Amino acid sequence: MTAVVDLTAAPRAATRRRLGKGRIAAWLVLIIAALYFLIPIAASVEFSLRGVHDTHDLSTWTNLFGQPGFVDNLVTSLELAAGTVVITLVLMVPTTAWVHLRLPRLRRLIESICVLPLVIPAVVLANGVLAAFRNGPSWITGTPVILALEYVVLALPFTYRTLDAGLSSIPLTTLVEAGRNLGASWLTVLMRVVVPNLRTSILNASILSAAMVLGEFTIANLLLMNTLPVWTVQAGQQDGEVATAASMLILLVTWVLLLLMSVFGQRGARRTGRSG
Amino acid sequence: MADTKSRNRQRLDLLGLLPFLAYVAVFLGVPTVSVVLGAFQDDAGGWTLSNISAAAGDPYLHAFVVSTEISALTAVIGAVVGLAIAFAVSASPPGGVLRQVVSTASGVLAYFAGVPLAFAFIAAIGSQGLVTKWLGALGLDISGFSLFGFAGITLVYLYFQIPLMVLVIFPALEGLRPQWQEAASNLGASRWQYWRLVGGPLLLPPFLGALMLLFANAFAAYATAAALTNGIIPLVPIQIAAVMSGNVAVGQENLGNALGLGMILIVGIALAGYALMQRRTSRWLR
Repeated sequence: MTAVVDLTAAPRAATRRRLGKGRIAAWLVLIIAALYFLIPIAASVEFSLRGVHDTHDLSTWTNLFGQPGFVDNLVTSLELAAGTVVITLVLMVPTTAWVHLRLPRLRRLIESICVLPLVIPAVVLANGVLAAFRNGPSWITGTPVILALEYVVLALPFTYRTLDAGLSSIPLTTLVEAGRNLGASWLTVLMRVVVPNLRTSILNASILSAAMVLGEFTIANLLLMNTLPVWTVQAGQQDGEVATAASMLILLVTWVLLLLMSVFGQRGARRTGRSG
Repeated sequence: MADTKSRNRQRLDLLGLLPFLAYVAVFLGVPTVSVVLGAFQDDAGGWTLSNISAAAGDPYLHAFVVSTEISALTAVIGAVVGLAIAFAVSASPPGGVLRQVVSTASGVLAYFAGVPLAFAFIAAIGSQGLVTKWLGALGLDISGFSLFGFAGITLVYLYFQIPLMVLVIFPALEGLRPQWQEAASNLGASRWQYWRLVGGPLLLPPFLGALMLLFANAFAAYATAAALTNGIIPLVPIQIAAVMSGNVAVGQENLGNALGLGMILIVGIALAGYALMQRRTSRWLR
C-alpha cells in the first residue's frame, strides 16, 4: 500500500508518522474485513459454477431459465417491483411536496409516521395482514397485489427520507408560485415543475424500493405468494447449485441498482457542489 | 372574515394529506391494530390474557431469550468491528479511493440480508462449501461447526450488522473536528486524555444509539434465519411463522399476535433509544 503523504498538510503528516503502529492495525482490520465480506460472495460464484465430478461449467446458469417456475416467479418479482415503485411515487411525491409547501409544521409528524414501519417487524406485519384482510376482496388479498400494497409501506422510511431530502434542496415554494402565477394548474406544476426538479430523488426512491422488493422473502413467504426469493428457498431444498445461482442473480440485480444510485448520487452532489 | 378564510384554507390543506393518511391507516394501521387486539382475544373474540401468558411461558419464553442473546451479541460485535473499520477508514486521506469503496460497499452490504446471504454462507462454510473444502484439504475439519446453530447465525448476521454500523457511526466520527484534538494537544493533553475526556464522551451517545439500532435490526430479522435453518432455530420471528402456518395447539391461533406484540415492544423500545441518542448527537454534529 502506498502511503500518500500530503506535504502541504504538515501537521497531519506528523500525526500520521506518529501513528505508524496504528496504521498497520488499521490495514489489518480492513484486510480481515475484506476477506470476511468477499469470501461468501466468491464462494457463491464458485458454488453456482460447479459441474459434475469436481468440474466447473456454466450448466447451472444456462439451465436456470429452464427450471420449472423460475421465469414465472422472476416475472412476478419484476412486476411487484414496478407496481411498488408506481404506487410509491403516485402516493408520496404529491404528499411530500404538499407537506413542504403548505404544511411545513407537520414535517416532523409525517416523518414519524413514515418511520413507523421500522418498528413493526415484517413477520408481525404479515401476521396482521393475514388476520385483518382475511375477508378482503380476493383479487387483492389472494394475489400479489396485496404484496405490492404492503411493500409500499415497508419502503416508506427510505422513500420518504429520500424525497424529503430532495425537496429540501430545491427552492420549491418559488418554483411552484412561479408556475401557478403563470396560470398552470396544480397537476401541471406537479408534473412539469416539481417532478423534473426532483429527478435524482425520485430515481433514488424508485431504486431503493425496487431493490427491497426484489429480495423480499418474509411477507411473500408467509402470505403464501410465489416470488423469486420464495422460489429460490424452495429450490434450495432440492438443488443447492440452482438456488445459489438464483440468489446470485437477485444479488446482482440489486447491487447494480444500488451502485447506479450511488453513481447518480455522486454526480448530483458534484454538480450541486460546483454550482454552490 | 379573513380569519375564517385562513382557517378554511388550513382545513383544505389538511385534506391534501388524506390519501397518504388513509393508505398508511389501512395497510399499516389496520394490520398492527389487528395484532395488538388479537393478542388479547381468544378464538371466539372474547377478551383474555391467556395468549400473553402462553407467550411468556416455555417454549416461547426461550425463543425470546435466544432472540435477545443473538441480537445483543451481534449488536455488540457488529458495533465494535464496525467502529474499528470506521476508525481505520477515517485515518485515510479524505476523498480517497478507500473511503469511496468502504462507503459504497457498506451501503450495498447493509441491504444484503435474507435469502442470498443465507445461500452465500452455505456456499462458503456449509458441508459442501468452498472454505470447508479448502480447510478439509489442509487437514482441518470444520464440518462440526453448524451454520444452523447459535454461532452460525451470529456469524451470518454480522454480515449485515457490521456495514450498518459503519454507515451509522461514520458521520459521527467524521464530525469530530480535528481542531478539537489540536486544541486539546495545545493545552497539553495526551492522545489518551483527548479520547477519554473529549472524543469518547462525544462518541458515546451515537455508539450507544447504533448499538440499539443494530439490536432492533437483528431482532426483527426473519428471512436470513428462515432460509438458513429451515426454521429449526428457536427465534421469535421463526416461532411466529410456525404459529401462522398452523403448527400450534387448538385454541392458540392468537398466540402469534401475542408474540408479535412482544416483538413490537422490544423493537420499539430499542429504536426509541436510538432516536433519543441520535437527537443528542445532532446537537453537535454539524
